[in-house]
Amino acid sequence: MAVEVLSPITGNVWKIVKLVGDEVEEYETIMIMESMKMEIPVESPQNGKIKELRVKEGDSVIEEDIVVILE
Amino acid sequence: MIKKILIANRGEIARRIIKTAKILKISSVAIYADPDEKAPFVREADEAVGLGGKTPLESYLDIDKVINAALEKGCDAVHPGYGFLSENPGFVKKCKESGLLFIGPTSEAIGLMGDKAEARNTAKRLGVPIVPGSGIMQSLAEVENFCAEIGFPVLLKAAAGGGGIGMRRILVPADLSAGFNETTDRAGVAFGDKRVYVEKYLQEPHHIEIQVLRDNHGNLLTFFERECSVQRRYQKVIEESPSTSVNPELRRKLRDAARKLTEGIDYRNAGTIEFVVDCHQNFYFLEANTRLQVEHPVTELITGLDLVEQQILIASGEPISLLEEDIEHRGWAFEARVYAEDPQRFFPSPGTINEYKEPSGAGIRVDSGFESGNTITPYYDPLLAKVVVRGENRREALQTMSKALNEYHIGGVKTNLSFLREVFQSTLFIAGGYDTHFIEKFRQKPQAR
Repeated sequence: MAVEVLSPITGNVWKIVKLVGDEVEEYETIMIMESMKMEIPVESPQNGKIKELRVKEGDSVIEEDIVVILE
Repeated sequence: MIKKILIANRGEIARRIIKTAKILKISSVAIYADPDEKAPFVREADEAVGLGGKTPLESYLDIDKVINAALEKGCDAVHPGYGFLSENPGFVKKCKESGLLFIGPTSEAIGLMGDKAEARNTAKRLGVPIVPGSGIMQSLAEVENFCAEIGFPVLLKAAAGGGGIGMRRILVPADLSAGFNETTDRAGVAFGDKRVYVEKYLQEPHHIEIQVLRDNHGNLLTFFERECSVQRRYQKVIEESPSTSVNPELRRKLRDAARKLTEGIDYRNAGTIEFVVDCHQNFYFLEANTRLQVEHPVTELITGLDLVEQQILIASGEPISLLEEDIEHRGWAFEARVYAEDPQRFFPSPGTINEYKEPSGAGIRVDSGFESGNTITPYYDPLLAKVVVRGENRREALQTMSKALNEYHIGGVKTNLSFLREVFQSTLFIAGGYDTHFIEKFRQKPQAR
């Protein structure tokens, strides 16, 4: 089942740590957002595999934007 | 005397500097990036120059743009505020070369204190205590010898680590062997660098700092300590002066150490010497901030001095007209930083302010950067305002702060106001004596609130 991962903050995508197809564990960092001089990780809500990355490094995101789809 | 100042900053600190400039009848010139066009500091300055760009690099950090704005407007001095270019020796040099007076220390002093290892060595040379630490340790035997010398507990730290990663606390000698192997292994995996060093672990550490002012004629003032132990993500949230954890003897020692360091490096203008103090009242030099601090208003409220005015006078070459013994520290002051962030996780929360009402009244000062209609962007730090209060004693100041926080309303962006209100009502905070683990303890013990 596909699971949507949401951005915890409004800001920019600073670094994407995982690739499509990578296995991730619950709480593992998938990407790091940057906002107001702080780096905030986007963590996987559960064990799974990355099906889709909806953003690329440098993109602006709004809080609760879908940034990753897990399967 | 200075006639026209370029303010190389934004938000609340730009407004703060404009206020003093007006009192001293000095013209002020603001600079601004595109997102700040409608910010109050742009309007309140006598003149303003748009630098274009959105990000700090395109605007407030662009040395050439900043210098050109100052020259174009005929300024004779630059006030850097804090952050941005305030601790950039290259900027200070460029100001000097362009005939602009930099309101702050020399580029040499900034460079010396900006290099953490160099600053540590300087403090040591001047007889100011530093946190005992080793160089790179080659073997377990070497670690054991060093730990026997400085005593337990210790921290084993990865040389390539940072921000708490690759760090391990060792309480007793028996754990050292396993700890050493694990730290080197983990450091190898995490950083590709197995080197470790040892530092003394300080129990119940307090973050205490001393404000200093020194002029070009060798006159020096040191002030009462500011307690800055309430921090999240290594950033301060609440400050107070004086500290409940500093007795008169420790205060004298801290001021003496700050004096030694300031004079030892021939420091000029306003600066702050930061110390870490442990539960046994041992103190160690941490770092020097070669600029005006965010929390300078708590010192202003208990002394009645205007530190920005002092900075401008010192930069103009005037001697400090006060003696240290003439400074009266009266009452108690707190500062609470209002951040645009969610109060549970402290995550940043940009947005547009659609409702804004500031508190006011006896003993209350609010240094704020924004007003209703302003957009808080992700490009800059999340500080919205500082609520600063003074009371005749700590209890009165606590009450005034609670009243002020209750009257503060900001709509449209999430803020940490509810968190600040809870802290100022909590027995844990009211009791004083808190250390840098305060926020964790406060979160863990809801019953103690």
